[in-house]
Amino acid sequence: MSALLFYILGFIMLAATLLCITRRNPVHAVIYLVASFFALAIMFYLLGAPLVAAFEVIVYAGAIMVLFLFIIMMLGLAPQETPEGPGWKRWGPLVLLSSSLMICTLMLIFQDPAASKEIGAFYLAPQAVGEALFGRYALAVEVISFQLLFATIGAYMLGKPLSKGDQ
Amino acid sequence: MMIPFGHALAFAAALFVLGLTCVLLRRQVIMILVGVEIMLNAASLVFVASSAYWQQVDGQIFAIMLMAITAAEVAVALAMVVYLWRRKRTLVADVFNGMRG
Repeated sequence: MSALLFYILGFIMLAATLLCITRRNPVHAVIYLVASFFALAIMFYLLGAPLVAAFEVIVYAGAIMVLFLFIIMMLGLAPQETPEGPGWKRWGPLVLLSSSLMICTLMLIFQDPAASKEIGAFYLAPQAVGEALFGRYALAVEVISFQLLFATIGAYMLGKPLSKGDQ
Repeated sequence: MMIPFGHALAFAAALFVLGLTCVLLRRQVIMILVGVEIMLNAASLVFVASSAYWQQVDGQIFAIMLMAITAAEVAVALAMVVYLWRRKRTLVADVFNGMRG
């Protein structure tokens, strides 16, 4: 049952992502991406990661994508990508590149004997994740907190008004 | 979960290739960033699936760290998007082709 659900969610995720990358309007694209992230969050839950699933919804869909939407709406971005010349000249090489990369990756995955082994039943309570995160990985958490601080400072510096010569 | 490990990896690979296609195909800077997000999500799917396959906590830890790093990246990148918009009033990546110190 949960295996069937996993495949259904996987295809929902891929379909939503495909719709996302082909939309002209950035707002529609971001909404499709949120749908894709919700499917991915339930996949995480099925893989025994309830905390990561919750963070996927809260942080990715709830914060990061809303930030994208906020910026798109603040700048008033219209669907403005008009392709020049015949579409297939842009699409063709890309689709060829992507599909060959995809085929190579799938061959690489499925030639490994570990690929056919099943993922066993696994469920990790948030408590165990928290203990590992603030026990063994405490230094990494500190480094990431520094990184978030530097990112905040960087965003502040970039957000300052432009000097006269740059306008 | 009774699915083979390879199928979870195949979903992640498909998601990654879709993200890469988005980065290479789209010209708006915002959509390029969306492609980067898709690729990072594919990476976190690999981490979580590996965590379940080896029955270890570490994969989930790295997925959480990846989320924190992505939040930092998005903060800086969207600040840059606003900066580029104020500079040239457009977000088409082809326009930004000059450097000045």
